[in-house]
Amino acid sequence: MPRLIDTSGTELVNEWVKLEKDSDLVTALACTADKLLVPLELWQNHEEDLRKSGKEIGVWLDSDQQAAAIAADLERLKLVALNFPGFTDGRSYSTANNLRRHYHYTGEIRAIGDVLRDQLFYMRRCGFSTFDLKDTVKLEEARTALGDFKDSYQSTIEQPAPLFRRRLQP
Amino acid sequence: MYRYDNYDRQMLQDRIAQFRDQTRRFLCGELESTQFLPLRLQNGLYIQRLAPMLRVAIPYGCLSSRQLRKLAHIARHYDKGYAHFSTRQNIQFNWPQLAEVPDILAELAEVEMHAIQTSGNCIRNTTTDQFAGVSPVEIEDSRPWCEIIRQWSTFHPEFAHLPRKFKIAVCGTEHDQAATQVHDIGLYIHKNDQGETGFQVLVGGGLGRTPVIGQVIRDFLPWQHLLTYLDAILRIYNQEGRRDNKYKARIKILVKETGIAVFRDKVEAEWLFSKDGPATLTREEVDRCKKFFTDPAYENLDDQDAAAANQLDTDVLFANWMERNVKTHKRAGYRIVTLCLKATGSAPGDLSAEQMDFVADLSDRFSFNELRVTHEQNLVLTDVRLKDLPELFRALKSESLATPYTGLLNDIISCPGGDYCSLANAKSIPIAEAIQRRFDDFDRLKNIGDITLNISGCMNACGHHHVGNIGILGVDKKGEEFYQVALGGSSDRDAAIGKILGPSFAQDEIPDVIETIINVYLNQREPGEKFLTTYNRIGIDPFKERVYAKAD
Repeated sequence: MPRLIDTSGTELVNEWVKLEKDSDLVTALACTADKLLVPLELWQNHEEDLRKSGKEIGVWLDSDQQAAAIAADLERLKLVALNFPGFTDGRSYSTANNLRRHYHYTGEIRAIGDVLRDQLFYMRRCGFSTFDLKDTVKLEEARTALGDFKDSYQSTIEQPAPLFRRRLQP
Repeated sequence: MYRYDNYDRQMLQDRIAQFRDQTRRFLCGELESTQFLPLRLQNGLYIQRLAPMLRVAIPYGCLSSRQLRKLAHIARHYDKGYAHFSTRQNIQFNWPQLAEVPDILAELAEVEMHAIQTSGNCIRNTTTDQFAGVSPVEIEDSRPWCEIIRQWSTFHPEFAHLPRKFKIAVCGTEHDQAATQVHDIGLYIHKNDQGETGFQVLVGGGLGRTPVIGQVIRDFLPWQHLLTYLDAILRIYNQEGRRDNKYKARIKILVKETGIAVFRDKVEAEWLFSKDGPATLTREEVDRCKKFFTDPAYENLDDQDAAAANQLDTDVLFANWMERNVKTHKRAGYRIVTLCLKATGSAPGDLSAEQMDFVADLSDRFSFNELRVTHEQNLVLTDVRLKDLPELFRALKSESLATPYTGLLNDIISCPGGDYCSLANAKSIPIAEAIQRRFDDFDRLKNIGDITLNISGCMNACGHHHVGNIGILGVDKKGEEFYQVALGGSSDRDAAIGKILGPSFAQDEIPDVIETIINVYLNQREPGEKFLTTYNRIGIDPFKERVYAKAD
């Protein structure tokens, strides 16, 4: 049973139904869910129809798709999900970062795919707000992992001031 | 030297706790080996041919005597009593037990050391010139900048899963002893006309399967922008670097395929988003880091010493050692002393626990409790009084550490090779030894003069064979170990990739081949010409003719 948590480790109810990459418009419209998480291709090809469907729409990007692809739509999107096809594919960290920094996206960014406990801290730092955990991950361990480090050196989405700007303060 | 504060210490403790738990989960079967692999690599742990190998970072080559004693203790207690200095200023233990690694990391943390990001597809240990801060021909001390980069790169959340490993070198001296141009990013410290510090930024250099010299992406980057610019390069690489083929995943391939002009445009466009943002360096932070690298309490000394001069005239061994291993210091009355770890019969870069303790004592007695590790796999005492040299020489001789080979043919750079490494196609250490035995005469070596000979046991080029004046690469030919020879490489400011001489050789042919190459040089050189100069003048053909004529 996949579980969804936020950056504080609180478990959330996942109201979104994710459509797979090759899903067509018919499948999307036939879906009974109110909240649909659609692949980028479907969004790009059928944006008009999807919006007219009355459903709430979120878009997910695969790791080889960049934030620029949905830049113009961000104001209308409550959810952008970024896929990790494998946990060692680190492209989505930069995509999350770009969504926040380049386009000032303030909505939910969700990590989907191979979302394991040992990457949660870094994801959180890069601007992800929710984590759709792989079913092998224990909930308690995921909560611990979100706080694996008490601080970090860099300027990040979560903490824009790098340590060197804070360190000087008594 | 940089000293940790509570922030640094806390992060290191957090990491140890994290890795201890990861190891526990792996050992009890909760973590699959494919999931554990990248985690252990980012903590410096490889699974080798015979046992795990733990690579410990020596940030930009700076080591205190206290740290070296801890390394000796680890070698004795957790390993087989010795360790190996690598070409990236790190140290490797070849026989630790996996279950004990978290304990080793905890011991290292006691002396502010770690194995963070010494392996894996992340930003590795930043390296620099071993004479930083003491060289008489220095533009600026690189160590504070290296420390700033170390902190920025440590646990960088965005760049922990790059397409491939990523290495940065910084050079602030006129002679480049850091192989700066064959790094993913190379930084040469420059001063502009106003005397302000900045960096010439090179990108896309690297060795391995496809050796490439880095290209200039920015001629002068003012120091304030160092980290935001590094972020921009890494961000483009993280998103666009190839992930479909491990051998094409380094940034050098991306830069080549994109072209430097287009790559530069992308980086500069990305940079605009973070330029002048919170990651812009502050004068306060740079000053804070510089405070850790101020001069030790030098005495005001004459730049001559009667006893040392006398011994120079009467003791030929001392004179040889002075000539090769002792270099001019920025400060009168002081010298920089290299401990050449290339005694014939011991693996290049290896040091026993006893020798480590011994060298630690010497650095306490003679060099302000600190030392440096070089990418040529030697050690350096940076601040020795001229008048102490005779005594230091006597001490070094007693532990076979006074080998006067620095910069000579027998000062061979070599990876551990097939004796240890599971990636190797061929052994390296016995090749190094066979060459050293053939040339084991100081006068002969001295006559040959400045030359570099680098050996790698496989394509991964840990022994930097591409940039040796003579490079030797172990190759696999139908299950047998063969060796390819290349000439003309250099890792200095005139960086060049060596050219392959021709078909490879069997192991026992190598000493003859090297001797033939050296003889061609000796016959053809003009007065004062180094090997590389002669090679660049006459080209590869005269060497080729002689080497392969013999085989017919």
